Amino acid sequence: MSLQKYPKTMLVIVAEAALEKSIVGDARERGALGWTVTEVRSAGLDGEREGSWEADRTVELKLICEPDVADAIARHVLTTYARHYAVTLSFSEVSVLRPERF
Amino acid sequence: MATTLWQHVASMLDAVVFFFLLGVAARLLKSDLRLPEALYETLSIFLLLAIGLKGGIELSRQPLAALAPQVLACVALGFAIPFALWPLLRALKLSAPDAASLAAHYGSVSVVTFAVATAALVREGIAYESHAALWVAVMEAPGLVAGILLARMATRRSNAGGGNTTRWRALMHDVLCGKSVLLLAGGLLIGALAGIEGTAPIRLLFVDLFKGVLALFLLELGLVAGARLLEVRRFGLAVLVVGLGLPPVLALAGAMTGLMLGLSTGGIAILATLAASASYIAAPTAMRIAVPEANAALSITAALGLTFPFNIVVGVPLYIALAQYLSATP
Repeated sequence: MSLQKYPKTMLVIVAEAALEKSIVGDARERGALGWTVTEVRSAGLDGEREGSWEADRTVELKLICEPDVADAIARHVLTTYARHYAVTLSFSEVSVLRPERF
Repeated sequence: MATTLWQHVASMLDAVVFFFLLGVAARLLKSDLRLPEALYETLSIFLLLAIGLKGGIELSRQPLAALAPQVLACVALGFAIPFALWPLLRALKLSAPDAASLAAHYGSVSVVTFAVATAALVREGIAYESHAALWVAVMEAPGLVAGILLARMATRRSNAGGGNTTRWRALMHDVLCGKSVLLLAGGLLIGALAGIEGTAPIRLLFVDLFKGVLALFLLELGLVAGARLLEVRRFGLAVLVVGLGLPPVLALAGAMTGLMLGLSTGGIAILATLAASASYIAAPTAMRIAVPEANAALSITAALGLTFPFNIVVGVPLYIALAQYLSATP
């Protein structure tokens, strides 16, 4: 018997570690119920971020939520932080087992 | 003759400085040497705690009230430096956000530069106030607070966002309760409360191993500084003026403060070193939030790529000589 799965949106935000606290707070305010944060190293148009000094660190935040919540968070991050900070945002459709947790 | 000159230069430097130079060389040679991030974090926590503890043990032996003028002078010095630097940095045609960020980096202090200065004083047999870690602990935050105030004024003037009071409040909290201030102050408190006898069981780790850990940390800092050094060309003359020109001037201000406080020769050298040093742990993170418009790479290149190497290789011996001269002058 196959498991019952529910569609959700996964928003992945790769951003400067200095923003983690702010973005997590903003996401919570906009309806995110949970998130996962990992430290990563990255490179992009803003150059390479090796994480070798405190303000050079990068984090990847993964949020699984309703599509409109993901949109609201992404819109806020884009307008508030993207101008002066290294930030990337991506969306994907995922399936979850317990929809009330997202 | 070249050998003699090399030996003379080498004899002036503490062994730990060579670890830093090894790190710089590794980076310039494009070696794959890289210390795990977790180790860097662990070593920095160790150093901050150990420096705090050592100072705290000494604090337990003296009346705290007598130290109040020193604490006040250190706070005032750290707070005044960014405001004094502001017009100079603006005159160098740096943007207001960049000037505010740099001013904060130079107002705050580098704990590792302090550690290198004390190691040099011990090696030279020059006495210094053994509670000097207290000065470091109280000089860490005022420069950042001043930098944040400058940034706030700058962003208000340019009207580029930043008016959010909650954000500034959260930032002040991060500065005052940040890792470096917390660990230094915590170490000081533990040392002061536990005293010599109470800290005897942990002496092996925090006191005896200190210099070895410092050497390892300097190797890592050398790797980071080497990478920053390669960036100097990107920022032109201004970064050279800031990174190499400011430290001796600020050292003079620190030394004069030390002289006015009636500190020992070693104490004057330490205060000169602290004033000349720039923060590369607390300041970059705080300023990234306080002034998003500022170029973080510019500040770290000046503070870690130029000022830090300058201070530990050339500055510290220079500031010790300055302190000796000032102490000898009636």
